[in-house]
Amino acid sequence: MIVASQLSKRYPGGYEALKDVSFEIPAGGLVFITGHSGAGKTTLIKLMASIERPTAGSLVVNGQNLSALRRSALPYVRRHLGLIFQDQKLLFDRSALDNVLLPLQIAGLPRREAVRRAQAALDKVGLLAREKAMPIALSGGEQQRLAIARAVVNRPAVLIADEPTGNLDEASAAEIMTLFADFNRVGVTVVIATHDRHWVEAGQPQVLQLDHGRLV
Amino acid sequence: MKAWFAQHRAAMGSALRRLWATPLNTLLSLLVIAIALTLPAFGYVLLDNLRDMGGDPSGTQQMSLFMEVDASRKDVGEIESRLRQAASGKWRFVSKEEALKRLKSSEDMAEIVDSLPRNPLPDAFVVELTRTDPEALEVLRKEIAGWPKVAHVQLDSAWIKRLDAFLKLARLALWMLAGIFGAGLVAVTFNTIRLQVMAQAAEIELARIIGATDAFIRRPFYYFGALQGGLGGLVAAGLVFGGMALLAAPVADLAALYGTQYALRAPGAGEVIALAGMGALLGWLGAQLSVSLSLRKFD
Repeated sequence: MIVASQLSKRYPGGYEALKDVSFEIPAGGLVFITGHSGAGKTTLIKLMASIERPTAGSLVVNGQNLSALRRSALPYVRRHLGLIFQDQKLLFDRSALDNVLLPLQIAGLPRREAVRRAQAALDKVGLLAREKAMPIALSGGEQQRLAIARAVVNRPAVLIADEPTGNLDEASAAEIMTLFADFNRVGVTVVIATHDRHWVEAGQPQVLQLDHGRLV
Repeated sequence: MKAWFAQHRAAMGSALRRLWATPLNTLLSLLVIAIALTLPAFGYVLLDNLRDMGGDPSGTQQMSLFMEVDASRKDVGEIESRLRQAASGKWRFVSKEEALKRLKSSEDMAEIVDSLPRNPLPDAFVVELTRTDPEALEVLRKEIAGWPKVAHVQLDSAWIKRLDAFLKLARLALWMLAGIFGAGLVAVTFNTIRLQVMAQAAEIELARIIGATDAFIRRPFYYFGALQGGLGGLVAAGLVFGGMALLAAPVADLAALYGTQYALRAPGAGEVIALAGMGALLGWLGAQLSVSLSLRKFD
């Protein structure tokens, strides 16, 4: 569950990316954050992912008030979130499997158990056969699916994605959206920021539309 | 606890892989570190050997005790018992007759000695001292000089004092040298680690976002610095052994010219471990400074 109340983010220099935003996303919900570019989608995603901190208001994710957390507590909060970025942030110096292993290494899982779970995550996104491939050898859609495998390997309660289909063709984008729907069906809260109205109109999800930092 | 060990093992493994991944860089860094450690280490070994020579008991710490010319047998007995009490080492009594006989036996002197109306030489003791530090010896000399019927006590300690002063100076110079090269080692590690942090910026940034603690990110770099420093220390030990092997023959030749035998004492296992440990510690310090500075930009 994610609850924002009167959330604001002002960047150094005075630019106000989010103004007085309040909303509630129930556990197991599927939510799209939409809006023009510069509307504050990425800022909201970064706040939810605890990558940045709000300047005012409160944001509660998984029962933790992110604006009140100590810096040293942040890593442990982040481990319970699955993050997917538009630019994937894959590590190109290691295999697909090793990319998915990273969150488990951070969590300190024993190697054998970690490999088993990483392979399960790769299987879920249809990349098990390519576990030894380097990310550079994967197509755009495959790279994004690899990033999803990495995000879900820790079995997070919340998946947060920033423009996950931004650079993909229609077919690959559909695959990605199907994956998100699958995770949502088994109880994972899914938050997707996208400027692509196409996906929003397809189902009946909750939509948070931002316009110049305000919710409309 | 198990996870903690696993993470340390993983960090160490990753540090080893990084060392192995760029063999040429690693080799050069190790050489620089080794050279920085070799100079002070070699100096230490040489000083250690010099000190051994200073402490060499063969006739160096001798004290000559001359009695008054008119001292009787009874006076000599008194001094003997006092020397026994002082237990300051072995001594040998040289009577005035023995001394005269010896003097006579040396060439050119026989005639002169024969022309003397009476024996001008005093009874004497030659004391071989067990203690070596100049201050204590001086105290002992003053004490003995105050004994009855003792005319003069001569301590052959001037050169010991000089050697001691030289050793003190050399030790100080060595410490300064070690300090400078130690700082050099820290700087080398600092730079290597800084370059690594830059090369792994993507991984560090990602790891942070997905929940890595500072310790998790720093650990491999610490291991890298310590491993590199420790291995550099071992290479330095190898260089010291090599240098000593090269010096062995000339030192033996030099000793032979002085009519003695001398072999350089090589550093022991404990000293090699200390050198490697010192390298590891300085490497760790360099890594610590570097990571603390380099990681600031990820905040």
